[in-house]
Amino acid sequence: MSVAAGPGAAGATPDRAPVRPDDDPRAALLEKQLKKVRYRADALIEVLHAVQDIYGFLSPEVLHTVADELELPPSRVLGVATFYHLFSFEPRGEHTCTVCTGTACFVKGADALIEGVSEAFGVAKGETREDGKLSLLEARCIGSCGLAPVALLDAAVVAKTTPEALVAAIRKVGVNGEAVADDAADATAGSDEGGAA
Amino acid sequence: MSNGVDLFDLSQKEREAQAAYRRHVLCCGSTACLSGGAQATQDAIEAEIKERGLEQDVRVVATGCMGLCSRGPLVKVRTRGEDDVLYADVDADAGRRIVDEHVADGQPVADGQLSLQHPFFARQERVVLENMGEIDPNRIEEYIARGGYRALRDAVTTMTPAGVIEVVQRSGLRGRGGGGYPAGTKWGLLAKAQSDHKTVIANGDEGDPGAYMDRTVMEDDPHRVLEGMALAAYATGAKHGYIYVRAEYPVAVRRLEQAIRQAKRHKLLGKGLFGTEFEFNVEIRIGAGAFVCGEETALMASIMGQRGTPVLRPPYPTERGLWGEPSMINNVETLANVPTILRRGAEWFASIGTDTSRGTKVFALAGKLENTGLIEVPMGITLREIVEEIGGGVAGGKAFKAAQTGGPSGGCIPIKHIDTSMDYDSLLALGSIMGSGGLIVMDEDVAMPEVARFFMRFCMDESCGKCLPCRAGTFEMYELLDAICEGRATAANLARLETLCDVVRTDSLCGLGQTAPNPVLSTLHYFRDEYEARVVPDTVAAAVAADAGGASAHERSA
Repeated sequence: MSVAAGPGAAGATPDRAPVRPDDDPRAALLEKQLKKVRYRADALIEVLHAVQDIYGFLSPEVLHTVADELELPPSRVLGVATFYHLFSFEPRGEHTCTVCTGTACFVKGADALIEGVSEAFGVAKGETREDGKLSLLEARCIGSCGLAPVALLDAAVVAKTTPEALVAAIRKVGVNGEAVADDAADATAGSDEGGAA
Repeated sequence: MSNGVDLFDLSQKEREAQAAYRRHVLCCGSTACLSGGAQATQDAIEAEIKERGLEQDVRVVATGCMGLCSRGPLVKVRTRGEDDVLYADVDADAGRRIVDEHVADGQPVADGQLSLQHPFFARQERVVLENMGEIDPNRIEEYIARGGYRALRDAVTTMTPAGVIEVVQRSGLRGRGGGGYPAGTKWGLLAKAQSDHKTVIANGDEGDPGAYMDRTVMEDDPHRVLEGMALAAYATGAKHGYIYVRAEYPVAVRRLEQAIRQAKRHKLLGKGLFGTEFEFNVEIRIGAGAFVCGEETALMASIMGQRGTPVLRPPYPTERGLWGEPSMINNVETLANVPTILRRGAEWFASIGTDTSRGTKVFALAGKLENTGLIEVPMGITLREIVEEIGGGVAGGKAFKAAQTGGPSGGCIPIKHIDTSMDYDSLLALGSIMGSGGLIVMDEDVAMPEVARFFMRFCMDESCGKCLPCRAGTFEMYELLDAICEGRATAANLARLETLCDVVRTDSLCGLGQTAPNPVLSTLHYFRDEYEARVVPDTVAAAVAADAGGASAHERSA
């Protein structure tokens, strides 16, 4: 793989589909990160974070590339990647609602938040809705315990929230409830179906 | 800037620059206040000050956490020769009003003021958090102006490494990560180890759900962590340090990275520090979401880019740690105490707290209280003082039921022990632990078996899977607790749960498994009636399970 990753390559339009892997600007970004850690095997976790930032998730292809570049067995790379919760092996939805389930939020009703969002949008906990619009995730504790219960809507903190307020906030960023029949394809999908996704 | 005189100069200059302003508007810019809209507040305040042409006279600072997170955004107005005035719940409009009336005309706004004599503030004693809400964490100058890096300079230029350890030992400082191991003793072990590649590690993997003490210290006073690490390195002969930070704390990572760059620029990190041979460098390592990585040996595995599975101790890290070399792991809060101890003396520190628990403890006070936030109190304060005075009592006029400390490794303290002293030994005697500082208050509405189930699910999810007692034990205990909570468990199930608690506690490899039964044991001990009330006869359990379309807990685990 090419190691010639100048700042020009990094600034290329990331939206265009790659013709060949070497032309993929994301590959250049990854090379830059690998260089930064001097291809040290002990920086594997940092590299995996970089992969997730760049690609949005860890695909088998990229994990193989990482194994090659760091001269590690692929089993070791996959073993480490699957050990840690923050690594995702599937693409996330367009929007992500992460409900904090730390102790303070638990005491103040985090379960109701998850249930509320799950029902309103037809997406199961830990999953992404079929149309790719919304992922519903849990976080261990985001450390905003004084404001419990809290959720993260994309990067924004929704503090001292309620199921109704959180659902409203998600609608506001442009995610419609599955029950809303404004999208013919979705109209038949009840909230139960999200659970099977 | 390689010697102490320059440090003093820098401090002097910064103080003079600050003294030139008549007023300072300190805006809390911590994570909690930011999520409450603090940025908009600060923007509004700055715009209003500009509009009125007061920039020469008034300085606006985004500070770290002021503590009372439940009333954020917080804004403090400081005027030369006057007492500070603190405002709570300051939105953009309120911010503009503060500028119009208080900052411009000197008339404090009547509404929204929060007395600094309020017990929430008055009952605290700040050592670790002494700079919180006072300095801009993005500027090393402000840390230095408040005496920062002076302890390091004095230690390196006037004390022997053994002398530094002696002070830490004499102060009585114990590890703030939960275990409470004497810090000076640990430092002595690393100092004794023979190697040219010793490492000190700051454990910032604050995984206890409901705790954010270390995050706040790393975000809002990052140089304090670096200075504490450098002192540990000097005392023990380490040249290299790692800060292991949770990936969930991106702001902490950014601020620490910036602090490291600043410290290097001012020759407070690197080679030949203060004109001596002493050298020390720090690297940041980021976790990826694994609670078990708070355990020393798992943390080191993670730093080396591996799965965070623990290994048996001994050998302890101070004998064989990172890459087989002697290493020492201290919690962030432990290290953050050290610069102040060196600056103010072991005797001063030892005068705070109790005989066996010296100094203060930072707690993340959360749950069903009127006031929640970050507090630092002398150890030995009673739980009642924290709940009723600092916390303002249980919210909504409900009754206090229990306080949980120590997170998934800790336990619940019931009302009958509300007068307990908050120190390592008293909490242990009550079946809980000091832990890292999560303190969550529960009211009468909270069902204790559900609390136990919550923590057990956490431990089950976070069990690394290496040893059987923890991997299978937490799973089965969770299933049993779930059955109890859902009314499909029998008396035999409850008995089995208790047996499992014993097995998992005694046979697990690391602290995660060994302490995982604590929330169950402690709630069983104090709230056994709640468990028994939910237990049903065999026939009912079978019927409930059949209704739910699954095997009963009894069938599965009998």
